[in-house]
Amino acid sequence: MTTAVRVRGLTKRYGDVQAVGGIDLDINAGEVFAILGPNGAGKSTTVEIMEGYRTRDAGEVSVLGIDPGRPTREWRSRIGVVLQTADDVAEATVRETVRQFAGYYPNAKDPDEVIEQVGLTDKAGTRIRRLSGGQRRRVDVALGVIGGPDLLFLDEPTTGFDPEARRQFWRLIESMAHQGTTIVLTTHYLDEAEALADRVAVVSGGRIVAEGDPATLGGRATAKARVGWAEEGGHRSHETDTPTRTVLELAGRFDGEVPELTVTRPSLEDVYLQLIETPS
Amino acid sequence: MTQTVTRAPAPPLDRPPSAIRLGLSRAAFETRLFFRERDAVIFTFSFPIVLLLIFGSIFADELEGTGLNVSQLYVAGLLGSAAMTGFQNLGIGIAMDRDDGTLKRLLGTPLPRSSYFVGRALNTLFVSFCQVVILLVIGVALFGLELPSEPSTWVTFVWVFVLGVLGSSLLGIAVSSLPRSGRSASAVITMPFVVLQFISGVYIPVTQLPSWLVNIASVFPLKWMCQGFRSVFLGDAGATLELARSYELDRVALVLGAWVVGGLLLCLTTFRWKSRRDG
Ligand SMILES: Nc1ncnc2c1ncn2[C@@H]1O[C@H](COP(=O)(O)OP(=O)(O)OP(=O)(O)O)[C@@H](O)[C@H]1O
Ligand SMILES: [Mg+2]
Repeated sequence: MTTAVRVRGLTKRYGDVQAVGGIDLDINAGEVFAILGPNGAGKSTTVEIMEGYRTRDAGEVSVLGIDPGRPTREWRSRIGVVLQTADDVAEATVRETVRQFAGYYPNAKDPDEVIEQVGLTDKAGTRIRRLSGGQRRRVDVALGVIGGPDLLFLDEPTTGFDPEARRQFWRLIESMAHQGTTIVLTTHYLDEAEALADRVAVVSGGRIVAEGDPATLGGRATAKARVGWAEEGGHRSHETDTPTRTVLELAGRFDGEVPELTVTRPSLEDVYLQLIETPS
Repeated sequence: MTQTVTRAPAPPLDRPPSAIRLGLSRAAFETRLFFRERDAVIFTFSFPIVLLLIFGSIFADELEGTGLNVSQLYVAGLLGSAAMTGFQNLGIGIAMDRDDGTLKRLLGTPLPRSSYFVGRALNTLFVSFCQVVILLVIGVALFGLELPSEPSTWVTFVWVFVLGVLGSSLLGIAVSSLPRSGRSASAVITMPFVVLQFISGVYIPVTQLPSWLVNIASVFPLKWMCQGFRSVFLGDAGATLELARSYELDRVALVLGAWVVGGLLLCLTTFRWKSRRDG
């Protein structure tokens, strides 16, 4: 398997703020990799160093085999970028903007197709200034993918998306990943990370505190399950390694349906909140 | 037996679009967007026209035994000002592009940096050209301005215009790095521009200014642009009104040329793609 992004000992300091305090990362080609972490954790700083926007204080970074500190035009045309914030090109329409940017890339996708994929076909002739916040954000996504990148960086891409737009965005990312695009995204939505990512890294205080498959992160898959039910007018719950046996017992005791039965394992959110509470 | 090796045609190379073509495409894009900001368009074009109408109407007198009138003097001065629009346009426009993320977004694409500047420069040249045409039409129609008939005079007009627009545009690109934010840009850039107009002979003839002010103005391109345009539109009769009793076209060329070179160096050394908060 080839490595798309390799980071070793990355650090970056702003005044007395250690934004990134020694990060190591390997992102495989073709992988969807999510970076999670609280506000100010250093996600954007890390990603923007990989995109060649910010300088680093120390460490090695290689993105598609190139040091992003010395970007080339050819390298730029293989990379797609969706920044966390932008409010430019306000007077241009969606279609004009996407077409304009398509012209910068040697292998650009079809602008109308990309507009369709981000769900802006109805708004293609509207000036960006008149779009809603979530629609505006979809233009950013369109401009990130228009060049048909091999590697796509997305910094909190779905901020302001309604649930349907988010699902549509997920489908776009899935189809790009399916075609072999490597995807690196940051997000605060844990369901998004769970739905999209092959691997996640949790960053806190400029360091990686956990890394792995979202399904097993932090021992999630093997953690105790919690069985809940209603009995004698109150809610009961029981933590167990063998929830099936508990349910069978309950079924016997109630002779059939167990009222308000639930079986839950810790969600990614539970694991995540625990991880960032106690930075290692 | 000879074997003919038929090679499969090479797959089409995905050549990146050329920097010049992208520069033209940016120029068209920026010009289209420029004309959409209707308030800015109206202001940009009406400002010199309103000034010309006001000054031209107030000072209709003849100039001491030259057969020229004061309003013709103003046309020449305002032409200089129009050719210097690039200073204001680019100084403010690029500061805003830096602040609202336009530059940052472009930096993330394979667009060559030079294409951005080509686009900006052509857009400026076009806007300045429109202003000049409007001023000339009004000058001829309302204030008895006579267009020169000799080709050599038009040659002077063209080189003064082109060198002037280039030099002041480069100066504008350089000063765009001064404002701390896009919102402050308008104030930061407009102030020196207005001052420069007052001391460079746009509104007040240089002959009526104290010499120390003229010395300061002589460092900047605007005074020389106005002087060059006066030589074109006032002709020999007006030369007696000049400080040096001549239009000193050689010095005009020298100073404007120096600004093109110096402005370019200034841009190359001071230009910032990122805003202060970009880290
Ligand atoms: N340009 C800058 N100048 C000074 N400090 C900065 C700059 N950019 C980031 N920082 C600081 O570095 C730290 C990490 O910021 P960063 O933007 O990387 O966080 P983040 O994980 O992306 O947060 P969020 O989830 O809010 O986007 C913060 O403490 C922030 O204040
Ligand atoms: Mg961020």
